[in-house]
This record gives sequence, C-alpha cells and structure tokens, in this order.
Amino acid sequence: MERENTLLVVESLQTQFFTYGGVVKALDGISFEILNGEIFGLVGESGCGKSVTAASIIGLVQKPGKIISGKVLLEGEDLLQKSDREMNRIRGSRISIISQDPTSALNPLFKIGYQVSEPMIYHQGMKKKQAWKGAAKMLHQMGIPDSSGKARNYPHELSGGMRQRALIAMALSCSPSLLIADEPTTNLDVTIERQILNLVRELQQNFGTSVLWITHDMAVIAEMCDRVAVMYAGNIVELADVRSIFKNPKHPYTVRLLKAIPLSEVSGKELDEIPGAVPRLINPPSGCRFHPRCQEAMTVCKEDKPEGVDLASGHMVACHLYS
Amino acid sequence: MPELLIECRKVTKYFPIKGFLKDVGRVHAVEQVDLIISKYQTYGLVGESGCGKTTLARTIMRLIPTTEGEIYFEGRNIVTLSKDDLRRFRRVTSIVFQDPYTSLDPRMIIADVVGEPLSIHGISYGEERENMVLRLLEMVGLKAEHMYRYPHEFSGGQRQRIAIARALAGNPKFVLLDEATSALDVSVQAKILNLLNHLKRELALTYLFISHNLSVIRHISDVIGVMYMGQIVEQGSREQVFDSPLHPYTQGILSASPKLDPDERFHSEKTVLTGEVPSAINPPEGCRFHPRCYKAIQLCSQKQPELRDMGDGHIVSCHCS
Repeated sequence: MERENTLLVVESLQTQFFTYGGVVKALDGISFEILNGEIFGLVGESGCGKSVTAASIIGLVQKPGKIISGKVLLEGEDLLQKSDREMNRIRGSRISIISQDPTSALNPLFKIGYQVSEPMIYHQGMKKKQAWKGAAKMLHQMGIPDSSGKARNYPHELSGGMRQRALIAMALSCSPSLLIADEPTTNLDVTIERQILNLVRELQQNFGTSVLWITHDMAVIAEMCDRVAVMYAGNIVELADVRSIFKNPKHPYTVRLLKAIPLSEVSGKELDEIPGAVPRLINPPSGCRFHPRCQEAMTVCKEDKPEGVDLASGHMVACHLYS
Repeated sequence: MPELLIECRKVTKYFPIKGFLKDVGRVHAVEQVDLIISKYQTYGLVGESGCGKTTLARTIMRLIPTTEGEIYFEGRNIVTLSKDDLRRFRRVTSIVFQDPYTSLDPRMIIADVVGEPLSIHGISYGEERENMVLRLLEMVGLKAEHMYRYPHEFSGGQRQRIAIARALAGNPKFVLLDEATSALDVSVQAKILNLLNHLKRELALTYLFISHNLSVIRHISDVIGVMYMGQIVEQGSREQVFDSPLHPYTQGILSASPKLDPDERFHSEKTVLTGEVPSAINPPEGCRFHPRCYKAIQLCSQKQPELRDMGDGHIVSCHCS
C-alpha cells in the first residue's frame, strides 16, 4: 500500500532477543507507515515492544537482539540493508530520536552548545563557530530564555524541562524528516509536559517533520497524534486515526485499556480491569497473543494469529471478531 | 462532623544547606502547613515534583523531625512521642512506596517480607505468623504458593501487592501511599486502585495518597490538597477542586494535563503556565506563585495570602479569588 506522501514504511518487522532464558519474540511482524508531516502515535504498556520498534527503525538494536526479517523503508530506501557507516550518516540527519530521560542522553562532560552543534558539524560539515551559532539559534527556537548563555552551560546546570528542550534542539538541528520521540514527557511534571507538547506541535508544523510518538499515556496520544497504532505483546492490534481509536475502538484490548484509565465519570467507583497479566514473550500464547485475557475469545483465537482487517478507510484491527 | 485522625498545625520543615563550618542557606521544603485528615477518608495530596509532598508526608510519619509545628495523631502530639510510644505509633501507621522494585529486600522471601512487621511488633511468631502472612497475601489477591518466593520472581503489580500486604501487617489505621501507582502500567494501576479502595472499606483505613497524577488523585480521593512550593494552596472535595478550582495554580495544572478526548485539543481554552517552579532556597516574596500567575496584582508580590474558606470547606490561599 504505497502512497505518494509516505515517508516511512515498516513491513512485517520481526525483532528477537536471543537470551540465555530463550528467544524473546519482541516484535512479531509489525507493519505500519508514517506519512509526511504527521504525528504517528505508538501506544502500549511496558514491554509491548514500543521502544524495540524505535531501535529497529534506526538500527540500534543491541546484542543479543537481532532483526530477523522485515523491511524498514525510509523514502523508498531499505534501512535494514544499509551498512553501519551509511546508517551513521542517516541517524541524526534524516532520522533522529529524543529519549525519555534527557539526563542520561546528554553527556555531562560537554557544554550544551557543543552537544547541540555536534550533528551540524558531523552531518553538514559546518565549522565549529558557525555550528555553535546555529546551536544557540536552535536553543532559542526551543523557547530557552538566554539561549546563548545557556549554550555555555553544562547539562547539570539545567532543569529537566530545559534538558529535554536541549535534546529536542539537538534532534532537530539537521532538520530530519523523521523524529522519533520515545516517551519524551514521561519524566516531566504536568506544566512542563504541557510546554513540551505545545513546543513539539509547533515545531512539527514549522519544520514539517514527521514524528513517531511513543508513549504509554493515552491522554498524550489523544492530544498529540494524527494516527495511532496500539501495540500488545509485540503486535499492532489496532491502527486508526486518533478519533476512531478513542470514539470507536474495535479491538477488545483497546476497549479495555481505555476503560482502565481513571476518568471523572467513574470517580471513586470500581475501575474496569483486564484479567491476567502481560504474557512473557519467551513463550507467548499461541494464536492471538491477547486471547488468554480476552473475554470474547473463541476457539479460533487460540489457534490462528489474526490478520489485520481493514474495517473502514485506514481503520485496521487484528482480531478474529472482525474477520 | 467526621472524627479527626491527623491534624497538622503550622508544620514547617527546612533543610539546611551546609557550607564551610556553617549553614549557608536552607531549603524551604514545607512551610506553615495546616492539614486535617478525617477518619476513613482518603486525602489526596497533589503537586509537581519538589513541591514538598513527600517531605510533608515524612514529617507526618515522623520519619524526619519537623523544624516547627505540631502534628496530632488521634489527639496525641507525635512530635514529642517517646521511644515506646513511637513504636506503638509505627504499628498503627504504615507506608507503601512508589517503586516496588526497590522497596522490597531482594534477599528476603515474601513470607519474611510480610512477616517481619508481625515479629517486630510482637503480634505473632512461628506457625501463627505464617498463617497471618497467608491471610494478608490472600487479602491482596496473592496465593499461598507465592509465600516462599523472592521478590524478583514477581511482576511490578504483584510486588506492589506484596508491599501493600506488608503495610497492612500491623493492622494499621493509617496508610501513607506515596506515589503507590506511579510506576505501574494503566491496566495494573487500575487493579491496584480497585484493591486499595476495597481494602479501605473492608478494614476501615484512612489513606494519605500522594501523587502527581491528577486523574488518579481524582479517582481515589475524598479530599484533595494541592501543594505548591511547600504550601497547600487549595483544598476541597473532589468536585470543588476539579470542577470549580479557585487557585490559578490549580486551574493551570488542570488545564495543562492532557485530556483523553482527541476533540478537546482544538476547542479548549488553555491557561498555559509559563516558566518553571522557582528555587525553594530563595522562594519569591509574597505569594509564592505570583511570578507565574496570570492574575497577579501588586499585592501578590508583597503579602502572602492566607488560607480562606470559600464555603463548604473549600479552602484557597489567593488574593484574587
């Protein structure tokens, strides 16, 4: 399903980790695509494979992990076929990533200005001085007050929100076409989170960057994303535009997950629970990986893995109820 | 009028900043906080990181001494409790911490984790203790087979259940839940919240629930206190605080928190709080919120507002409301 304005296509991507305990099937053949200029959300609980997806796309799956099969096409080029050297030219210039913890993502020994200018020196061959100026300008665009002064600071001298802004500046310094945001606001307070969400939205519109937004927070998804993929145990179980996911969820997991969130309407009352726990991916359940916890499970769910079905335009569900 | 369990009067906690030979400053962690927790209630304390929620709770549990002020638990001032009385106080109060991965000793089997308080308080020993541990585990939804396992064999949600079982061992009246669900996934969080509500009814408990997560606080609390820079700026029932917030800071955090409805993002008015929380070493003069407040008038930078009752126990400290 190639569309003209597709930026990234991920096709039946399978990533596994070969541990002493057995093979962890972290990604079980996921497919999705990200269009130009959209914010694509990837949501799921911890251990469902969100971050492995990000690592697989930018080629940073660490040993003992390995990409078994699949394709990752960025503007038509398969990133999985690239050499390490070629990937180094792509990371930071065409795809960049911001991570959950800005403190560990920044090097404590180097000044902010240097770290933000590094991609420009490396990828665009800028001179140090020129790059430093560019870095200060980027920091200014991130809404950092006194940006040229802050550029001379070390990471520990900045607050968490400022560090995250610096990290976003670093990620956007070479105007990448895809920004991967892996839980970028999870460690921040609500008011700072709001500032970062607004900032990313604004930048995304100004720079025209596509964003892959990874989070476990449904509310952030509702606020930020254009289209959403819901992940469960290494599979995408539902993929649709953000309104359909929230107003008209189809997959039993999505339905239950949304009901588990404490909302004002159910204050003080019993919350809906999903029975059981997330399965271990060394030995995942047969067929549909959600079937042991699903109230609507049928015999076929134990045997066959459901294929993705297109319900309406762009609303994909992988569930036997709909096939 | 519901019965009082805990009453704080002008509780203040400063942390000294040590310099060479003398203190060079102090962190104003908690300042002049009056707080009342009634029996069988869940008091939700919400605020951003560094606002003093945990410090306040720790002074209430007498884990750290107060700088000033009095704290009464069932009418007795716990600030001046003797060693023996303190042990009795420890039995009727307990804590569940945020991170179930670090709050359980990795070298102890679950029977000992949950059983230790029973021995310490001289409640039961030996076989009787085992039976009590089993009852406690069943209460939180675990089974007998879990008793002889180590913490690393459990998932995050199960570990939090173990921590809750341990907290209930001394048959407490009061449980402090310090970010007890923050490290958990939504579906697990839902289970723990249901369990906590269930246990509270069953065992007639009183909770102090600390969280930065507004929707969780809204779900579980009867009374909510909003903290900012060491002070409670607004307090009231769930409806009062969430449906008609009076303090600009409360309004700010409520409108800042992401909503679950994708339609909301386009047509909702957002009072975006600018700037960041100032340093607690040199807090701003007057109202501590005034540098970030959109309503601030001149008075705000000069005089600290008093807590005023706006009717029905809805208390707010703001010059403008």
